[in-house]
Amino acid sequence: MPISPVSKKTPKTIADFPGLQELNPAMRPEEARVESNRCLTCFDAPCIAACPTHIDIPLFIRQLQTADPMGSAVTILEANPLGHSCARVCPVEALCEGSCVYQQWHEKPVEIGRLQRYATDHLHDARVQPFSAGKDIGKRVAVVGGGPSGLSCAAYLRRLGAAVTVFEAKPMAGGLNTYGIAEYKLSRPEVLDEVELVLDLGADVRFGKRVGKDIPFDRVLREFDAVYLGVGLGPGHDLDVPGEHLSGVYEALAFIEYIKHHDFGAIPPGRTTICIGAGNTAVDVVTQAKRMGTPKVVMAYRRGPEEMPAYEYEYDLAKGDGVEFLWHVVPVKVLGKRSVEGMRFARAASKDGKLTVVKGSEFDVPCDRVVKAIGQQAHGATLRKLSGLDLDAKGRVVVDPATLRTSNKKVWAGGDAVNGGKEVVNAVADGKRAALSIYRAVTGKTPGPEHAYWISTIEGRGKAHGSAKALAY
Amino acid sequence: MAPRKHSHTKRKPLKKLAPEPDLSSDCAGIKSPNPFWLASAPPTNSGPQIMRAFDYGWGGAVWKTLGEDPAVVNVTSRYGAIDIGGQKIAGFNNIELITDRPLADNLKEMAEVKKRYPKHAVVASLMVPCERKNWHDIVKRVEDTGCDGLELNFGCPHGMSERGMGAAVGQVPEYIKMVTEFVKEVARTPVLVKLTPNITDVRFAARAAKAGGADGVSLINTINSIMGVDLDTLTPKFAVGGLAAHGGYCGPAVKPIALNMISQIANDPETRGLPISGIGGVSAWNDAVEFMLLGSANVQVCTAVMHYGFRIVEDMRAGLVSWMRRQGFTKLDDFIGHSAPAVVEWKNLNLHHKTVAKIDADKCIECDLCYIACQDTAHQCIVRPVDTGKKGPRSRVPSVIEEDCVGCNLCSLVCPVDQCITMAPVPTGHKPLTWEQYTKNGFTGYKEVYKRYHTPEKTK
Repeated sequence: MPISPVSKKTPKTIADFPGLQELNPAMRPEEARVESNRCLTCFDAPCIAACPTHIDIPLFIRQLQTADPMGSAVTILEANPLGHSCARVCPVEALCEGSCVYQQWHEKPVEIGRLQRYATDHLHDARVQPFSAGKDIGKRVAVVGGGPSGLSCAAYLRRLGAAVTVFEAKPMAGGLNTYGIAEYKLSRPEVLDEVELVLDLGADVRFGKRVGKDIPFDRVLREFDAVYLGVGLGPGHDLDVPGEHLSGVYEALAFIEYIKHHDFGAIPPGRTTICIGAGNTAVDVVTQAKRMGTPKVVMAYRRGPEEMPAYEYEYDLAKGDGVEFLWHVVPVKVLGKRSVEGMRFARAASKDGKLTVVKGSEFDVPCDRVVKAIGQQAHGATLRKLSGLDLDAKGRVVVDPATLRTSNKKVWAGGDAVNGGKEVVNAVADGKRAALSIYRAVTGKTPGPEHAYWISTIEGRGKAHGSAKALAY
Repeated sequence: MAPRKHSHTKRKPLKKLAPEPDLSSDCAGIKSPNPFWLASAPPTNSGPQIMRAFDYGWGGAVWKTLGEDPAVVNVTSRYGAIDIGGQKIAGFNNIELITDRPLADNLKEMAEVKKRYPKHAVVASLMVPCERKNWHDIVKRVEDTGCDGLELNFGCPHGMSERGMGAAVGQVPEYIKMVTEFVKEVARTPVLVKLTPNITDVRFAARAAKAGGADGVSLINTINSIMGVDLDTLTPKFAVGGLAAHGGYCGPAVKPIALNMISQIANDPETRGLPISGIGGVSAWNDAVEFMLLGSANVQVCTAVMHYGFRIVEDMRAGLVSWMRRQGFTKLDDFIGHSAPAVVEWKNLNLHHKTVAKIDADKCIECDLCYIACQDTAHQCIVRPVDTGKKGPRSRVPSVIEEDCVGCNLCSLVCPVDQCITMAPVPTGHKPLTWEQYTKNGFTGYKEVYKRYHTPEKTK
């Protein structure tokens, strides 16, 4: 598939960008049959342990083997209400597929991600809601943030019978799934399908409301029995160099958001884009810039490729797209009068892990766009307004890892706001763990047997699997 | 592959799943929370194993066959398997005998299991010499445990049969009837008679069980088998110190044999309505459904559990629930036996029914397996453009000469692509005609719906 626009006219729609369309295609039924039958159905399987939401992977694959794709989807969504997007965005090479026993044979692992997608596509195509809200327990929970973590927490809390209000700053829920993940990995309609399935359980959503800004924390603490903070991270880090204010300098997530809105007119390809940073978000920036037709795209990083934070397969993708790399450089200045004309770098030397700038090594690279992808700041400044909430030095919320409860006994937290920025699947796992803890705290009870299955997936079913924990559907 | 189609503008509302159907099962008066039982075999060798299985969700268990003390002695090297391609354990075989544990130990555990799992079905499989007193004694002792039913093992084809028990009884209808009568004289719980497939016509065995008063039958037990010969050592595979005895064959490969025998009993006017517990290669929910559609009240499983462990009942149960929801069934009786009447004798099939193969050229991957199968071994009605001199792309995509096609299915069976070759019914406009009617009519009235006298040309 060509990665740059094939259309001669000014590109306007996603159809003009074949390279932005689904990188990892759906499986045909034959593929799913052959691939599912490669699964050995390991007991206490390493793939289950490697999945932060502990989906019973051999079980859902066996259900595909035995022609029960709907049951398979339910097995996935029981453990992970965002299994539809995780099937597309999870770094499976580092998680489930990376731990597949086939790896010990040096054989290709079972394609768990694509099989998972095959199952959840089936459920969404059939427009089935497999879950239902629990009987009202007379408790109200505020979920701050409608991203993966908040949605996960809301889904389980609704199943447990709590009244849930989600406060979401943006006009749509889904968080980074909706606004910040490469289009070729996950398109917005898929995200919104999944969001709809969660919100259909009866969560009330207040869009455009920032807790701590539009609504004070005190009010939320007063009006609700418990609060879950799934606020993710805030604005991107600044480069702290002159010229950062120039037109043509973007934060990575803002740049990606234009693509997610299909607002291609706002980000014309230009001639050269330089991306500062070498994490997974940076790769989403450079590959998509390339796929939108920018002839020269450069990724600049202060260390070498062996230390880049992006996964290896992400690096391979960027290389395959023809991205160029500047290793061991630090940004010195964004050049230009009103808009970006270039970037000045200096060489960086590393000694015992410490970086030093090599004097007199400065050089300029002409460009018409600079994208900053050097990580996001925690919401420390806002969260400090929440009384009794302990934050660490980086502004991340401090929690008890077993329950995700914070130092404020009415408040739980999870996802990026706690871990500083991990995968969607980690955020979902946190939302699930917190939902159970919140239920126990506000009711003083243990959930009924109809919840035994998903609860067993919090710590992983492991060897206990099967002990009176038959699927609850 | 095209991305999933989205029509966010005109989307259907989300559908709720139908309420969970009732899986509670009754086989010959033995009740269980679902129709999935463990068959009498190594997985049911002890109380702890059975209790663990119940925790996973099994509805019942037939205890590994109990006999008289002193308990039997087993050999080491007991199981064998055949793998077909990538499929491990397509067929399985064993020469293990009945339980080798003392009767008292088994009975004590059986009582304990019943006490802890009162709603689950615990069935005792029995095998003792063919004397009234022996059977009376063991039935009374076993029923004192509180078990829910008895299964008379007249099926075990190896070892025990040499001693006049197991299949040696099941192969003689008079013995089946006699021993069943012995048991029924004293039994207080339902009695299932487990039948052997190592017999000419299983209906005679089922009729004898019914005549003896059996409340139901369970089948099939295992099939006489030798699993192969090691080509390096020249000794039979899975031998005991270089010598092998025939064993009992089971697993996925035997399912069609079991399905036939079950439908025979379900449709036999003399045994119709006799409850059947289906056994033979049940590995997943869909196998179980097929057994039940052909007349089994429930199913018993062994090989699949020996391959993967008790946990497979989770997907069996979930799959059955999904399927019943799709079909709109709310209880097992809605479909048990549903398809059995559609199994008839050959002479009742419609000779005027016609199907032909259709190849979907868009799906074809040009492996040409259908072509060579039809050309060499069936009815020479598939052709390829490339053979008529055509060159270029897609010239290997075969097509069917429909007027020559006899509708045999072979091409669709060898095709590796789902739904690429389908068998389409072709209306002939002729009234149905069976072989029975045709012969009654003096071999007249048949309309030649396919080319019967076709002699292929020799390939040049």
